[in-house]
Amino acid sequence: MAQASENGGARSRAPLPLWVTGTLKTVGSIAVTMLGLVFITFVIGRVMPIDPVLAIVGERASQSTYNAVYTQLGLDKPVVVQFGYYLWDVMHGDFGMSLLNARPVSEDIARVFPATLELATLGVFFGIFLGVPLGVVAAVRKGSWIDQVARVVALVGYSMPIFWLGLMGLLVFYGMLGWVGGPGRVGIFYEDIVPSVTGMILVDSILDRNWTVLKDAFSHIVLPASLLGYYSLAYISRMTRSFMLEQMSAEYITTARVKGMSEWDVVWKHAFRNIRVQLITVIALSYAGLLEGSVLTEIIFSWPGIGSYITTALLSADMNAVLGGTVVVGLVFILLNIFSDLLYKVFDPRAK
Amino acid sequence: METLLDVEDLWVKFPSRQGVFDAVRGVSFTLGRERLGIVGESGSGKSMTGRAILRLIRSPGIVEATQISLGGDDLMKKTEKEMRAVRGKRISMVMQDPKFSLNPVMTIGAQIIEAYRQHNKVSHADAYAKALEMLEAVSIRDAERVMRAYPHEMSGGMGQRIMIAMMLIPNPEILIADEPTSALDVSVQRQVLDIMDKLVKDRGMGLIFISHDLNLVADFCDRVLIMYAGRIVEICKADKLNEAKHPYTRGLLNSLPRLDAPRDHLEVLKRDPAWSEAPSVSGRV
Repeated sequence: MAQASENGGARSRAPLPLWVTGTLKTVGSIAVTMLGLVFITFVIGRVMPIDPVLAIVGERASQSTYNAVYTQLGLDKPVVVQFGYYLWDVMHGDFGMSLLNARPVSEDIARVFPATLELATLGVFFGIFLGVPLGVVAAVRKGSWIDQVARVVALVGYSMPIFWLGLMGLLVFYGMLGWVGGPGRVGIFYEDIVPSVTGMILVDSILDRNWTVLKDAFSHIVLPASLLGYYSLAYISRMTRSFMLEQMSAEYITTARVKGMSEWDVVWKHAFRNIRVQLITVIALSYAGLLEGSVLTEIIFSWPGIGSYITTALLSADMNAVLGGTVVVGLVFILLNIFSDLLYKVFDPRAK
Repeated sequence: METLLDVEDLWVKFPSRQGVFDAVRGVSFTLGRERLGIVGESGSGKSMTGRAILRLIRSPGIVEATQISLGGDDLMKKTEKEMRAVRGKRISMVMQDPKFSLNPVMTIGAQIIEAYRQHNKVSHADAYAKALEMLEAVSIRDAERVMRAYPHEMSGGMGQRIMIAMMLIPNPEILIADEPTSALDVSVQRQVLDIMDKLVKDRGMGLIFISHDLNLVADFCDRVLIMYAGRIVEICKADKLNEAKHPYTRGLLNSLPRLDAPRDHLEVLKRDPAWSEAPSVSGRV
């Protein structure tokens, strides 16, 4: 390795191609941000007035047992060294053991995160495919009845608490009409049938070509996903509307009309192209918010996602689980940010 | 002279809470194969007149006219869809600042080709060749590179020449130039005007040149309409502008500094409320 780098590019002054430096910069910024995130969560975990040893051994354990576990956890070493160990473990995908159920936190996260990912992805798709056209139409037909309807739809989405809307949804569509499945990810008869490959039941059942499970899983996810989607729809449609209004008054829109283009082309080929960058930011934020896990939705629909996992861990002082969950959520935020930065460069020539 | 466009009693109205605001008030004029200048201060309705001809005044604005006749076709009677066949194809418009009038996220080539293919059912390759030819006609060097470039990579003068190429590529009969050089450096103004003038003359087009710059209009146009408060107050031959009689025109001329006749004090325009009440002078020939 060392030899290779000495003989290779390290000494020669030839400038690296742009995409190499760009990728290095991106990877570097991920590394620095992640390091900061892990450090902060670690410090918060250590300054919390919680004794992790007591949480494991219980209050009645003897002093010698207590001391043994204390040493085993590495708590006798300086905090910096402890952080070093923790960082090393995290880099190897090891977040330590859950103090609550004595299982590796990484296994727990590998179980709960796909559940949230599945729900959030479906939700944000719902928000994009309905919210963006609704926002565009509301802007183009500003002041019309469609605009008014869109306004009310968004206002309800902003202001209605999800525990109420979720319960009403369950009552009507599950309890009374029976159109959708109830709480949980699949019906009890379909549990653990398809082998877990991705952890997302919709994907796993497709991979297994088990259409019965797919159908059942879909009927369970559709209500919580549409509810979450409704909230992101509210946000996305309002933002789309205001972005579009700004663009529609721009002079290049007049140019497009002077060319003799139809209003449809003016809106979609010209104005819409110019809001893509802003829209990506809004969608990424919305998606990241959903990926954090919506605790209330997960509780109402008995959805074993990362939101309720972190909350439960926090309430029972299971700091390893909290730290692990926080790092994963942080990583998701960072990756989404980088992904939207990459898309900016695709959609806006000025960003290059 | 053959009449290309005949505008009769054109009004542009904007209803507001304080009542209806009339931006253009009963303007009439004709346009032949000539360069017709429209001058006036900000808010005199000159830009609104240009946009009203293309029926580009958006709601809640209202356009009314006895007729806007384009070679016998009354544009006022056309549906929005029929107007789309007129825009670009028969009447086109160049706007003030290419920084804003070109779409920032589309390549210049795509925007020119789009303008051409909107009215000509040709292959992309043919449209590309035509666009290159048009860019060369407006003295753009290295046209192939420019086709791939984005508007922010262009200077103002280049942007405006690209705009002219884009608006002339479907071969319209009339070009409305709305302050086409106001956003440009003085050094490139003349160059852009000369290119526009040559193309318009070679193609036998009619040009409506909207500007606030009296000297420029006097220099560049054949005939000048002077607008004030939504009305035409005076019409004169461009080379006879110095002999203009209306006190508003005289006031404007007197408020201009002149290199050949320096003065210690420039006159300030004194406005007579009667000007805005007087009926519009007809510019029909």
